[in-house]
Amino acid sequence: MATANILVPRNAIRAGDVILLKTIISHPMETGYRRNETGGEIPRNIIRRMICRYDGQEVFSVEMHQAIAANPFMAFSLVATKSGPVEIEWVGDHGFSHRQSAQITVTG
Amino acid sequence: MSRPFLPRSGIEQQPAALDRRAVLGAGVGLVTTLAIAPARASSELAAAIRGFTGGAEPKTGKVTLDIAPLVENGNAVGVEVKVDHPMTPDNFVRDIAIFTEKNPSPDVAVFHLSPKMGRAHVVTRMRLATTQNVAAVARLSDGSTWQDIREVIVTIAACTEE
Repeated sequence: MATANILVPRNAIRAGDVILLKTIISHPMETGYRRNETGGEIPRNIIRRMICRYDGQEVFSVEMHQAIAANPFMAFSLVATKSGPVEIEWVGDHGFSHRQSAQITVTG
Repeated sequence: MSRPFLPRSGIEQQPAALDRRAVLGAGVGLVTTLAIAPARASSELAAAIRGFTGGAEPKTGKVTLDIAPLVENGNAVGVEVKVDHPMTPDNFVRDIAIFTEKNPSPDVAVFHLSPKMGRAHVVTRMRLATTQNVAAVARLSDGSTWQDIREVIVTIAACTEE
């Protein structure tokens, strides 16, 4: 089971602030280019997409390839408009799927 | 022998810009050529970029690709892309793509942005198989494309090592 982390700035957020969200998820991002001890190919196993939804809308997404490092880290900006969850979804090879959300709290 | 990627935990720091003067001053003679001319795309890299732009040659400017010019370990290289452009509903950065020149595949990631982001700013960690050029290309809502290309010297490769 994958473990993921979504980091939302802890200092006070006001409506309209541009905040930086940081996300990381445990995943080997196996490229499919490597071989095992007996020379057999290690099959590709990567996260293909990450989708970020906030306030009922898709605000950001990423298509990933093998060149994204293991345990994909993504940071990106977002305009905090109102308090509510930001939901991140990761989708990958072999039916991989993980969803997690974090609370954005807007004060004032 | 197979070597699994080491698990990492926590949030990685943003990529640190390695000051070129500091590098040169430290007597690393290898990188002297790096500081002089902007990196130029090879034909493979140029082909990948044209695949993204639909054949157009991106203009230089607006995009800043921030990646260390000299990295010890190609398995996880911090990379940050910023585009100096508004993010308003009718004028914004639609997509950012990162390509490599000499990895087994040129594709690294394509970011789909929206005006709700406020700024065109993305950070990730990537693999580099060898010393090579890395390109960041942005597509704006008006269809124009802009790029920044940087050469990165890699001392420990990623991707194919056993």
